Amino acid sequence: MTPLQIQKKTPSDLVVALVGNPNVGKSTVFNFLTGLRQHTGNWPGKTVSLAQGRYEYCGRGYLLVDLPGTYSLITRSEEERVTAEFLESGCADVVLVVCDATCLERNLNLVLQVTEKVKNTVVCVNLLDEAKKADTQIDLTGLEQELGVPVVGTAAGSGQGMERLQAKLRAVGEGRLKPKPTTMSGTLCGNEDFLAETYVRRAEEIASRVVCCGGRGAVWQKKLDRVLTGKFTGFALMLLLLMGLFWLTIQGANYPSSLLQAFFDWLREKLENLLQFLPPYITQPLLDGVYATTAQVISVMLPPMAIFFPIFTLLEDFGYLPRVAFLLDHRFQKCGSCGKQALSLCMGFGCNAAGVVGCRIIDSPRERLIAILTNAFVPCNGRFPILISLILAFFAGSGPWGSLQAAGMLTGLVLLSILMTFAVSKFLSKTVLRGEPSSFAMEMPPFRKPRIGQVILRSLLDRTICVLGRAVAVAAPAGLVIWLVCNIQFQNQPLLYHLTTLLDPIGLLLGLNGIILSAFILAFPANELVIPMILLAMSAQTLSLREILTDWTWKTALCTMLFCLFHWPCSTTVLTIYKETGSKKWTFLGVILPTIVGVLLCLACNMVL
Amino acid sequence: METVSLPLSHLEEGQSALVLEIKLTGSMARRLQDLGMVPGTCIRCERIAPAGSPTAYCIRGAMVALRRSDADNILMERRV
Repeated sequence: MTPLQIQKKTPSDLVVALVGNPNVGKSTVFNFLTGLRQHTGNWPGKTVSLAQGRYEYCGRGYLLVDLPGTYSLITRSEEERVTAEFLESGCADVVLVVCDATCLERNLNLVLQVTEKVKNTVVCVNLLDEAKKADTQIDLTGLEQELGVPVVGTAAGSGQGMERLQAKLRAVGEGRLKPKPTTMSGTLCGNEDFLAETYVRRAEEIASRVVCCGGRGAVWQKKLDRVLTGKFTGFALMLLLLMGLFWLTIQGANYPSSLLQAFFDWLREKLENLLQFLPPYITQPLLDGVYATTAQVISVMLPPMAIFFPIFTLLEDFGYLPRVAFLLDHRFQKCGSCGKQALSLCMGFGCNAAGVVGCRIIDSPRERLIAILTNAFVPCNGRFPILISLILAFFAGSGPWGSLQAAGMLTGLVLLSILMTFAVSKFLSKTVLRGEPSSFAMEMPPFRKPRIGQVILRSLLDRTICVLGRAVAVAAPAGLVIWLVCNIQFQNQPLLYHLTTLLDPIGLLLGLNGIILSAFILAFPANELVIPMILLAMSAQTLSLREILTDWTWKTALCTMLFCLFHWPCSTTVLTIYKETGSKKWTFLGVILPTIVGVLLCLACNMVL
Repeated sequence: METVSLPLSHLEEGQSALVLEIKLTGSMARRLQDLGMVPGTCIRCERIAPAGSPTAYCIRGAMVALRRSDADNILMERRV
């Protein structure tokens, strides 16, 4: 087994492995120490992603490896295996176990298992500020005596205790401080169950000596939970939050999008000047094809994502998302899946590809696959402009009443896509993905103040830029293809004309037409390209959709919107599905499922209406 | 003061009980162990979802949501 590739900058760098339960603020510690000097990678052969970062302290470099959050080293899930393997490999010079002061007893289970394996351990009792609010006191010195390893109390969010932590890591790493963990090897025999129970009881014993719990936790937390998971208030708030998120994304993205477009137009002039010595058959496909499409995709894609993902991550950081899964788990269980699918579904509203990656939080492989295959049923940020333009052009009136109608219709369409997700999930779980409902034990962390600066930076770097990078990689060659299709002549007409004529009969059957269908096909790289493609195919340069579409009826618009909701996923999503599942079979299913639903719905609409 | 035994799923909001026996096997049982659920552990029912499942329980200071079908198989002991 080849361990993770550790890239030391200098040979004297010390490797520090970071372990801990989920939700203990491990990433806060990691980010505090490494800042932006980090990158995320994959453990070879597995889909667990690991972050590595570096910091310097007193003239020495420290390489932090952020291992996945785990509850123990004994259970055989992917995360636990990765962590146990890494600790056993001896790659780490020091192991830092991060604990949550507000539930130390449970955390001690992992601590004891780690100190049993690795001597050079430092324990960090984090979230001391939260513990103080919950009236819990921890005797850190006593804990150090019980465990036999150095213990440092911190509140990583505010930087409290971090200096001492770095000093202790240095002392242990350089060998000046040699921890002597109190092992339990005498009592550790028997099967795994007995082993696990032994650790739990020892943790209970230690906690009873060092933890002094005052009250029952903050009252406001309980009140908030009551509201967020109440029968009416819970669902109402969820709907309101989602609508609010949509509205903010759409409204907030308009101005930056037009700014970006203006910037790219300006840049294009400069490029034209730069490349004027080249023949037109090179500059035209480059500028009108590759550049134009890529610029379009970026200016339409980037602003909404830069708004949606940070807000989503803020909700995640605050601790709201598990409450959503809590409310919806029963519904999803009835469809053969689990509540965590609600979260990947919400991510899918931002970007289907990101939603597919978000399915990693689902433990059961069968349920994860269901979530991956149905993620493309919800409209991503790229499809919202299409829906909104068509609603405003054909269905809503003007003025404030019109906006309300439009918002209502959009919400209706979104609810339809969610309903379809349930239906298809149920279908999959009864046919190709049959199986038992998985074990569901979801931790609901206390509400915490999100670290706004961190969140915005992290989500911009991790989610937004990453997805954008992939989209650009796909948009550039696609732009070339689109240009070729529009400009290569065959029998005196561009290829595009032939394509639309060919697809016309099928299109009309679906209540669309050849132009719309061609636009969807050519917009495979990114859904943002659908409207530009339609305009392009109609050889129009003006931007008023209503003026152009005089030969469309409201039925055409409706079918177009339905097809927009349910058609093959964009190429970035398809690639991501392939990467996540590793199987061509499932990727193919992920492509045809929404397509079939879209075709059937459009056919039905066309016949009936 | 007498003790009754009942499945975890029968606890109402605010009630506590001690774990008597976990009649689950495999990864679920192990997962519960990791979360600190062993015979004798005190568990408090905090919040039941509107649909009746899952229910949030307080286990050793942390809130964990468990499905009704799983909670049906955890036998508890309660003083009444």
